[in-house]
Amino acid sequence: MTNQIIILPIILPLIFAVTMLFFWKSVKIHRYVNLIGSTISLVVSVIIMIQVLSDGIISLQVGSWQAPFGISIVADLLSAVMIVITAVIGFATALYSIGTIDPGREKFLYYPLLQFLLMGINGAFLTGDIFNLYVWFEVMLISSFVLLALGGTRGQFEGAIKYVTLNLLSSAIFLAAVGILYGIAGTLNMADLARRIPFIEQKELLTAVSVLFMIAFGVKAAIFPLFFWLPASYHTPPVAVSAIFAGLLTKVGVYALIRFFTTIFVHDIGFTHNLLLISAALTMLTGVLGAAAQSDFRKILSFHIISQIGYMILGLALFSPLAIAGAIFYIIHHIIVKTNLFFVSGVVDKLKGSYDLGKLGGVYKYYPILGLLFLIPALSLAGIPPLSGFWAKFVVIKASLEIKEYLIVGIALLVGLLTLFSMTKIWNEVFWKDDPKGSENYIDESYKQISTVKKYLMFAPIILLALITIVIGFYAEPFFNYANAAAEQLIDSSTYINSVLGLK
Amino acid sequence: MFSVILSTASRYLLPLLLIFSFFLLLRGHNEPGGGFVGGLVAAAAYALYFIANGVDEAEKLLKAEPIRLISVGLFLAVISTIPSILIGKNFMTGVWLDTNFPLIGKIGTPLVFDVGVYLLVLGIALKIIFSLAEEDR
Repeated sequence: MTNQIIILPIILPLIFAVTMLFFWKSVKIHRYVNLIGSTISLVVSVIIMIQVLSDGIISLQVGSWQAPFGISIVADLLSAVMIVITAVIGFATALYSIGTIDPGREKFLYYPLLQFLLMGINGAFLTGDIFNLYVWFEVMLISSFVLLALGGTRGQFEGAIKYVTLNLLSSAIFLAAVGILYGIAGTLNMADLARRIPFIEQKELLTAVSVLFMIAFGVKAAIFPLFFWLPASYHTPPVAVSAIFAGLLTKVGVYALIRFFTTIFVHDIGFTHNLLLISAALTMLTGVLGAAAQSDFRKILSFHIISQIGYMILGLALFSPLAIAGAIFYIIHHIIVKTNLFFVSGVVDKLKGSYDLGKLGGVYKYYPILGLLFLIPALSLAGIPPLSGFWAKFVVIKASLEIKEYLIVGIALLVGLLTLFSMTKIWNEVFWKDDPKGSENYIDESYKQISTVKKYLMFAPIILLALITIVIGFYAEPFFNYANAAAEQLIDSSTYINSVLGLK
Repeated sequence: MFSVILSTASRYLLPLLLIFSFFLLLRGHNEPGGGFVGGLVAAAAYALYFIANGVDEAEKLLKAEPIRLISVGLFLAVISTIPSILIGKNFMTGVWLDTNFPLIGKIGTPLVFDVGVYLLVLGIALKIIFSLAEEDR
C-alpha cells in the first residue's frame, strides 16, 4: 500500500492548518507548526519524487471507487517535481514570513491560510480528475483571496477586487467547459478522456471546449491577453505573499495548460497549439515591454512573470519533446528565481522603506552581499550563462530552431535582452546610484527594530534559493534529464492511462 | 427592535430545529440530507435566536466560539480518513461497524466525516453571521 503516500502532500497541510486553528490565539505556535509542517511536506514530497523516479507513475483511487468513476490522485514525473518545488517554496516562505509578516496579519490566521493555499496547489498538481481539479483551484483561490486582502490596506483591496473578479470569471468559464466536456465525452477522468477523445466524432465541439479551457487556465496563468489582473494585484500584499503567489499560482495555470494540451486535447494541434504559440509570443513581448515602462520594484517583477510565462507556453505550443522538456525546466527554474527576486525586493523595502526605484539607491555600497544575492536570480532571469535561466531559455530556443520558427526565436531572444535591460535598470537604480536621501547610510526606522533572528530568517531563504539557482545552473544535466523524461511521459500518454485505469 | 412573540417563539423553535438538523445529519447517508444541510439548519436555528434576542445572547447560548466548531469539524473530517489506512484499504474508503445501533443505524467513518462537515458548516455560517452582526453594532 505504498501508493497511499501520494495523498500526503494534500492532507498534511490540512492537518497542520487544523492544528494551528486549535491554538488559534497563539501566533508563536502557528509559526512553529508552519515551519515544522513545511519541512515535513518537503521531505514527503522528495520521497514521492524518488518513488516516482524508481517505480514510475503512482496512482491512488480515493475511497476505493475505481477510475473513471471515483477520484484518481496521480503522481507522474511532472506532478512529482511540481509538488517538490511547491514544498521548497512553502519552506522558504515559512522562514521568510516569520521574519517579515506583521503581528496583525499573523494574528488573523496568516499561517493556516498559507497551509490551505499549499493544500490547494498540491491538490491541483496531483489530481487526475478534471472536476476535482476545479475544486482544488477553488481551495487555492479562496485562500489566495484572503491572503491578498488580509490586512485591509487601501491598495490591497484595489488589487484584490481586480484579482477576485477576473479569477471568478475564469472559474465560471472553467466550470462551463467542464460541463460541456462531460456532455461530449461522458467522463472527467483525465486518463479516461485521453483514451476516449480520439474516438469522439464532434471534433469542432471538442476544439471549442479546449479553447474554453485555454481561456480559463489562461487567466490563471496570465497569458496574453488575459493577464491584466496580475500586475494590478501582485504588488499590493506583503512581500511573502507576493512571492509565493508569483512563484506558484500562475504556474498552476501553466501546469494545467501543459496537462490538458499534452495528455487530453491533442486532436487538433494545428489550431489549438498555434493559438497558444501566438499567445506565447505576445505574452513574452507585452510582459517585457510592460516591465520596461514601470518604476516600482515589484511591478517590474510582476510584469516579468508574464513575459516568462510566455516562454513556458512557447515550449508547450511548439509541442516537440524537447520543447515541452524546455517548458518544464523553465517552470522549475522560474519558480525558484522569481520567488527569490520578490524576497530580495522585500528586504530592500525593509531597509529603505520603499519600492519606488526613484526613492531607492546606494544599497550596494553598504550591503554588497544583498547586491550579490539580487544579481544571482536577476541574471538568471535574464538568461546569462551559466545560471539556470540560460539553460531554460537555451532549450526552448533550440526547440524553436529545430521546428524552424525563426520569428519566434527572434522574439524570444529580444525578450531575453529586454529582460536584461529591466534587471540592469533595477540594479542601477536600487543598488548602484547614490541614495537620493543623502550620502550617509540611510536605514528605515522599521529595519532597526527588527531583531537579529528575524533578519537571519529574512536572508536564509534568499540564500537557499540562490544556491538552488546556482546548482541548477552548474549541474543542469540531471534536471534536464528529468524534464526530458517528464515530457516523454506527457507526449506518450499510454503509461499515464494504463497506470490510472489499472490496464496492463 | 425587540419582539416578545419572536423571542418566546425562538426559545421553543431552537431545540426543535436542532433536533431536525440532527435528523437530517443522520439520514443523510442514503437519503436526502447530510452534514451540510444539517449544519445549515442548525445555523439557521441559532440565526433565528440571534434575530430575536440579539447577538450577545446567541453567543452565550452557543458557548463555544465558532472557530472552535470549525477546527473540531475539520479535525473530525481528517480523523475519519485514518481507519481506512489502518486496515490497509485505499485512502478514505468507508469503514463500517457491523452492529446496528437503535435510532442511528450503522456507524462508520462516513458518519464521522459528516459530523465534521456539520460542525464546520455550523461554525462558518455562525462566524459569518456573528461578524456581520458585530459590524452592525
